Amino acid sequence: METLDLLSQGFGLVLQPLNIALIIGGCALGLFIGAMPGLGSVNGVAILLPMTFLVPPAGAIIFLAAIYYGAMYGGAISSIMLGIPGASTAVATTFDGRPMALKGEADRALITAAGASFIGGTISVILFTLFAPPLAEVALAFGTAEEFALMMLAFATFVGLGGDDIPKTFFSIFIGLALSAVGLDIISGEPRLIFGDLPGFFHGINFLVLAIGIYGIGEILWTIESSGGKVTISQANITVRRIMDNLRGLASSAKAIIMGSFLGYFVGILPAAGATPGSIMAYGVAKTISKDPDSFGKGNVDGVAAPEAANNAASTGSMLPMLTLGIPGSPTTAILLGGMVIWGLEPGPMLFVDHQDFVWALIASLYVANVFALLINLLFIPGFVSVLRMPFTILAPIIFVLCVIGGYAPTQSMHDVWLMLVFGVVGYLMRKLDYPMAPAVLAIVLGPLAETSMRQSLLISDGSFMIFFSRPISGPIMLVAIALFLLPLIKRLRERGGRTT
Amino acid sequence: MIRSLYIFRASIIALLATLAVCLSGVALADWAPKKPVDFIIMAGKGGGADKMARLMQSVIEQHGFSSKPFVPINKPGGSGAEALVHLKQKQGDDHTIMVTLNSFYTTPLRQPGLDVDISTFAPIGRMAEDTFLLWVHSESGINNVDDFVAAAKAAGNDWVMAGTGSGQEDQLLTTFLNKAYGLDIKYVPFKGGGAVAKQLAGKHCNSTVNNPSEQLGFYEAGTTKAIAAFTPERLPLFPDAPTFRELGQDYVYFMQRSVVGAPGMSAEAEAYYRNVFAQVYASDEWQAYMQKKSLRGGFLTGGALKSYWAAEKAIHEQMLKDIGEI
Repeated sequence: METLDLLSQGFGLVLQPLNIALIIGGCALGLFIGAMPGLGSVNGVAILLPMTFLVPPAGAIIFLAAIYYGAMYGGAISSIMLGIPGASTAVATTFDGRPMALKGEADRALITAAGASFIGGTISVILFTLFAPPLAEVALAFGTAEEFALMMLAFATFVGLGGDDIPKTFFSIFIGLALSAVGLDIISGEPRLIFGDLPGFFHGINFLVLAIGIYGIGEILWTIESSGGKVTISQANITVRRIMDNLRGLASSAKAIIMGSFLGYFVGILPAAGATPGSIMAYGVAKTISKDPDSFGKGNVDGVAAPEAANNAASTGSMLPMLTLGIPGSPTTAILLGGMVIWGLEPGPMLFVDHQDFVWALIASLYVANVFALLINLLFIPGFVSVLRMPFTILAPIIFVLCVIGGYAPTQSMHDVWLMLVFGVVGYLMRKLDYPMAPAVLAIVLGPLAETSMRQSLLISDGSFMIFFSRPISGPIMLVAIALFLLPLIKRLRERGGRTT
Repeated sequence: MIRSLYIFRASIIALLATLAVCLSGVALADWAPKKPVDFIIMAGKGGGADKMARLMQSVIEQHGFSSKPFVPINKPGGSGAEALVHLKQKQGDDHTIMVTLNSFYTTPLRQPGLDVDISTFAPIGRMAEDTFLLWVHSESGINNVDDFVAAAKAAGNDWVMAGTGSGQEDQLLTTFLNKAYGLDIKYVPFKGGGAVAKQLAGKHCNSTVNNPSEQLGFYEAGTTKAIAAFTPERLPLFPDAPTFRELGQDYVYFMQRSVVGAPGMSAEAEAYYRNVFAQVYASDEWQAYMQKKSLRGGFLTGGALKSYWAAEKAIHEQMLKDIGEI
């Protein structure tokens, strides 16, 4: 019961007027930062970090955590409304959210995203409250071999993502892997594929640059072509009744939401993974377990619910290694750790012991932030939906400008803007030739993580691949991954067998 | 009587102080930033250099040391190559400064193609020298360097040292240990000090040479311990860790934490930033941070900082040659 005591003390601190105001302000700010393409929670938290000396450390972390949370909700908005991922964590939301908006179901997609985020966030905070210390042990037990096994699992959940054309899917994955190899080789320290020492390639190809190019610019080109210059206006109406109906409709996605929440939370706990792989994996799993996998990518509501539940759950999850071990679970928590140093706290295993009030105020604030983020989001949804009533001739230039800002913001270099435009054109051509895009985006996110952990493991094992199978945690994960890789093959053989008999 | 004298003296001091402030104000009014200052960080978000840069930024804003804000921009690519090239291209720019570490020496040496000459950069200030310690897991049964050498010898090439990056500080220190004690430690690079600390706490490696700031959390929790220091004298925070000098090895190694300006920066701008960072160095926040994270070293600037760079560069050139990187 000690946990509940501490938690109620935390609530006592959080429910003070100043802290409530900080949560509301943080959630609203985060919502808009998340909704702006290119500006994600990392940038938002980094920009606002210096403003936090005005309040005590507990208030400061509550504010920044609320921004982090709000951004997770907000990322879905531009993914759905404009087809540009608002943040890297919301890329998977684009896959089905955008088609839903084009079908006139934008309100349903937005409300599902908000509801799923709320449920994912709440489940993960409860898990956090109850099992923080044992889960910290799990995070520590994950070495390089386990990380690689997990990445294989992520790839495996995506085998079927590209549809039936397996060679095209592989082509797309390999393009993504090749792009992910650009930049500094972490093992040898040598730059790779930098095209004659172009400094812009030293930091590698930012995954948002690819995603915004393909989905943002590619989408504009595609729409221009398919609409043939006709002025089109999407139908989008929203009433309180529709909001209520859509909230009730969440029940039909319950399976996807709960799966996404747990998966996102556990992936978030593992250092270095974070919310982006978590949400992408949740999407892949939702498709695999769905009764109707073919409708994914064409506007299946589960394809919005699963990644949105997962990215909120993962953002809570990534706070666990931050608070218990002093290790960032995501880029945003890395900044939060820097904040703790500025406020004079020592991140690490002793934080839970020495600064209980701080830690529990943060945990309690996550419960509260979830409620407010949901309310603020629902409040603004009619406004967001009305964006779609704008004619495409006005919307397209706005999307274009947002894409350019989004390409520039993460690294502040024009190099990435040009690169994004190139990816946009290439993405459009690939789409015309019916190549799937999602596998390429997946590969550029997971590629560097998988490559680094594989090479580190092989260094440790002197080149023996048995390291991935002989360890108690990585072994079973690898076997599940291999089984998943083979699943489509077995399915196909079965179908063929069924036809001949 | 005595009291009035005291008041008189106090008022004189106050007057002098005001005068001094006014005079320095006049001297400084020569130049001040006209727009926000680009504060380049030669490493990624969340690492040691990044945390330190954001602390400096917060001190500057909190105390109003600068009329215009300092905007942190991370350029971590290519072990700092991206940041160095960026700064080089900002030739003559008065609004771009950068936080550096030891890759300031090693990266241009390893990649001569970058054509970066660090002696052309404006020497604004060395804020501290970060220290290195040799760490093992508390349950390893290793209590001192003798135990360490015996265990590492027995393990041979299966002894894993986790470190940050390749051809940088941690690998140089590993090479030193291998040479000095006839060991065959395997070096495995990771992305940052935090990841390295976790490898040791989770027993995925056998030892690390992390900075105190990177390993402090696990040290305080009793998970990992320091058995020796790469400093000239013992660190106040780790009185039980002898220096390698005490153990008969003449070896000392630091990580500089310095601020540099773009090459060809105007003398007035350089003086302005020098003044800003001298104030940051003297601030309570910075001093407290140095003490807590076991940093050392005084504020160094101008010619003194340039000769410090030249000496450090020569040392690193030799070390890189020794491990065959150049």
